[in-house]
Amino acid sequence: MLKKLRPVKNCVVSVALLILVWQILFQASRYDAALFPSPKMAFFALIEMIKSGELLRHLQTSMTRFAAGYLTAVLTAVVLGLVLGRLPKLFQYVNPAVQLLRPISPTAWMPFIVLLFGIGDVPAIVIIFIAAFFPVLLSTVAAVGNIDPIYLKISKNYGIAQPALTWKVIFPAAFPQIANGIHLALGTAWIFLVAGEMVGAQSGLGYAIIDARNNIRADVLLATILVIGVIGILLDGLLRLIEKQVLKSWGGED
Amino acid sequence: MYIEVKNASKKYKQGGKDIVVLDNVSLDVEKGEFVCLLGPSGCGKSTLLNVLAGFEKLEGGSVAIGGVAVAEPSPKRITIFQNYGLLPWRSVLKNVLLGLEPQKLDQAEKVRIAQKYIDLVGLTGLEKQHPRRLSGGQQQRVSIARGLAVNPEVIFMDEPFGALDAITRMKLQDDILKISREEKKTIVFVTHDIEEAVFLADRIVVMMANPGRIKSIVKVPLGDRRDRTGEDFLYVRDKIFELFNLKADSYIEYYI
Repeated sequence: MLKKLRPVKNCVVSVALLILVWQILFQASRYDAALFPSPKMAFFALIEMIKSGELLRHLQTSMTRFAAGYLTAVLTAVVLGLVLGRLPKLFQYVNPAVQLLRPISPTAWMPFIVLLFGIGDVPAIVIIFIAAFFPVLLSTVAAVGNIDPIYLKISKNYGIAQPALTWKVIFPAAFPQIANGIHLALGTAWIFLVAGEMVGAQSGLGYAIIDARNNIRADVLLATILVIGVIGILLDGLLRLIEKQVLKSWGGED
Repeated sequence: MYIEVKNASKKYKQGGKDIVVLDNVSLDVEKGEFVCLLGPSGCGKSTLLNVLAGFEKLEGGSVAIGGVAVAEPSPKRITIFQNYGLLPWRSVLKNVLLGLEPQKLDQAEKVRIAQKYIDLVGLTGLEKQHPRRLSGGQQQRVSIARGLAVNPEVIFMDEPFGALDAITRMKLQDDILKISREEKKTIVFVTHDIEEAVFLADRIVVMMANPGRIKSIVKVPLGDRRDRTGEDFLYVRDKIFELFNLKADSYIEYYI
């Protein structure tokens, strides 16, 4: 029982330390409290945002965009990765282009995307898509290439042909490594959601930050940042849970 | 002859040198026969098996089964591998069902067939388990059940018991001998274990390395029930030992 509680204890201590450092900085700093608020002020701002329903509204908008961008990215990247992973000769021609596009920060596309699609849901979704797409694509291609050749030998022997070969053998065999990419992409996508909404939207958590700055409400700003962090952790935990469940049915890793 | 290998040749390049794995190998196997390919590593026994199964191609010579040249793997000729080749994300039952899935049968019929062979290899009650939960011997039993379920004409076994401990290996040898006699399959079995070959085979094909070739073919006149401690068993085993120059009087070190 105590062992189970240890992570919780670590978590509480860690967060308490963070707030303590914040409080010390607040007291030591000579900035105006309106520009650099205390933890308490940010907390009250948070309560205010919850009560007014503003937080929930931003949250809903952001989560919808996130789900749309992230899920389409994962889906297309996995499907494309499964195809390219089986066609290494074609991938040799695709890979240099991917390597060229991959290191470009998704926010660099932002002005271009806004010019094309205007302000609204689309720019944020596109940014999230770009952020999540490459890690999932590359990990899927690598995963398919790393499949134990014996699975393919067995499939050939038993006459398992396409498309059954892909969804009965290749995808499940590659899944643990694909899941790694999907997990990695979640964090990246969440980071760029905020960036996308700061520039290309009039709603959502990213916009809430810009809005707070425009109103010189540093307490609201910090409260929003905290919410973004907490949601990030929750999303990660949720995905971890799903992953564990899938891997369990996959072959008893526990 | 049912399986006909004629002048099979194949080489590999290794460090700029040609290694001849199969040097003009010819071999005939009758239908229903249990043949062991026995020899040290590098003698080409696994390569020959892979060629027979259609996984590898020859550079010279020909391989035909039932009068048809072997071009690619087929569910009529199932290979059992040393590392089982089970799909770890599937339960025992679903692994055995794998080969039945492409066939046009009712699902209920497929499950019935799979269950029959799970029972035959003695895994009744473990249908829902995942391979990782099973011992090596049990995993190999699953792969044997999966092979038998598609009712192949030939079964190729590539050192199938090589990764198992001695006791488990003997148990599986007992069972595979029994199954082979009951199911009347043609079996080509690769091994480097002399006693295993003597215990299982109707004929033992003794192979040598550098270049990979057949040294001699030994008939094993021991019938269907074999006793590892019986005199005739030891006699045949001694004969094979002699072929490998392993008898005590010569005391040459195993040079492989």
